[in-house]
Amino acid sequence: MSEMIRELFSPELAFLRCALLVGLLAAPTLGVVGSLVVTRRISSLAGACAHAALGGVGLALFLQRVVRLAWCTPTLGAVAGALLAAVVVGVVSLSAKEREDTVIAVVWALGMSIGLLFLERTPGYVDWQGYLFGNILLLSGSDIVMTLVLDAAVLLPMILFYPAVLAMSFDATFSELRGVRTTAIYLVLLGLTACTIVLLLNVVGIILVIALLTLPAATAGCFTRHLWSMMTLAGILSCLFVTGGLLGSFYYRLPSGPAIVVLAGVVYLAALGYSKWRGKR
Amino acid sequence: MTPVIEVEHLDFSYEPGFPVVEDATFSIEPGQSGCIVGPNGGGKSTLLKLLLGLLTPDAGKIRLFGAPPAEARRQVGYMPQYHQLDPSFPVTALEVAVMGRLKPGLFPFYSRRDKETAMDALAELGISDLAGRSFADLSGGQRQRVLIARALACRPGLLLLDEPTANIDPGAEEQFYATLAQLRQRMTVLTVSHDLGFVNRETDVIICVNRKVSIHRAENFTAEAADAVYHHKMNLIHHDHACFCHCGGGHDE
Repeated sequence: MSEMIRELFSPELAFLRCALLVGLLAAPTLGVVGSLVVTRRISSLAGACAHAALGGVGLALFLQRVVRLAWCTPTLGAVAGALLAAVVVGVVSLSAKEREDTVIAVVWALGMSIGLLFLERTPGYVDWQGYLFGNILLLSGSDIVMTLVLDAAVLLPMILFYPAVLAMSFDATFSELRGVRTTAIYLVLLGLTACTIVLLLNVVGIILVIALLTLPAATAGCFTRHLWSMMTLAGILSCLFVTGGLLGSFYYRLPSGPAIVVLAGVVYLAALGYSKWRGKR
Repeated sequence: MTPVIEVEHLDFSYEPGFPVVEDATFSIEPGQSGCIVGPNGGGKSTLLKLLLGLLTPDAGKIRLFGAPPAEARRQVGYMPQYHQLDPSFPVTALEVAVMGRLKPGLFPFYSRRDKETAMDALAELGISDLAGRSFADLSGGQRQRVLIARALACRPGLLLLDEPTANIDPGAEEQFYATLAQLRQRMTVLTVSHDLGFVNRETDVIICVNRKVSIHRAENFTAEAADAVYHHKMNLIHHDHACFCHCGGGHDE
């Protein structure tokens, strides 16, 4: 065990420490946003945002290398793609005239396809697998700063507006009747969800990011009867999943994203089974 | 005195050419309570949404306490049907009830007074012992009473109840009517009932909605009036002072 820890602090493993730090620092955001995504039942919307982010990444890399727009970084592209998807799906779901699930599926597939087409036409090496399944080697100090900024952006409004957020997540119509600006809160939630997804892209990748967002919250939901306690427990669980998954992947030479998600998924299924069994007694 | 609800020549359609509510005119005076009845798809929910200001009429006028619905909202306590809500949402009965005290703006935290108001509302519905329980663990009838408590915590002048008796178990029914009778002393209670089904005995007026809207005094509500709403034969059963209607030709015979 002590050898493990010593190894962890060796200079060659800076990338692992960086990934651990991002994962742990993202816990407050994961707890809060994950719980809202699970209770509002918008995880498929989050999935669409994640895949649309790849569209943004592809376009940004293309512009950077072909059109020589140096400021067009993949991260910027990912944020733009995910936010655009969130706005499109959010507006559609609020007006409720189009078939929401169809629009989500279209945004999902279209975003991913656009990304892959642009990546194909982008010269030079592109680690597209890293975007799909995560590549913690891509993490850097700027990811740590981004994580802290996002934590602040998520926690501050949450603390200031908790009763309104709780009421509108539970019953949007009733909250609207009490004068709460539910549409504004909903759109802010979608924006924060999109940013959270982009942040986690390098840790677990586009395909697995919904799992990391929803599994800690869904697990916490099996044991809690308040939204705030669900958020807290989800944050703690995401710390455990990220740490366990990263260390496990390092010592057993496995890809980190799938390792984190498998750990989270197995714990969730066990929790679900336990809560059903306890409920039956 | 200003009527609690005043509706004049109200038209509404989701799609042009397919009116859902047509030329509705009725009013409910202070001290009166009412029951909205009509077949499924007849426009009851739409009328309710119009009264709440969630939909905008194509033509006509709605006034609650003399003001447009959007302005009078805070005087209205609204209870939706509980199955419209996520049954596994992590929230306790008291946390739901206190939402009736929700205020817009910065720092919308509840005061001790708000919590007392919510507890009083739970007590009035006979469920103060459920305050700390998870909403997800409650039975259908209990959830419905928590939602009525939330509407009461708004301290409303008008209480709108959407299908309040749909999930109440027979044993609790008597107690529920007693509660409604008590509430009627203080405020206008407007209930919505599906498949005509039950017409609340604690009502003054009956508002029949089937695209057209007609209003009847409860004591004059006859089998003929019910037939006119439902376009087919109804059985009207008087059962002490309550008035139950069942669709003719069905299994209720």
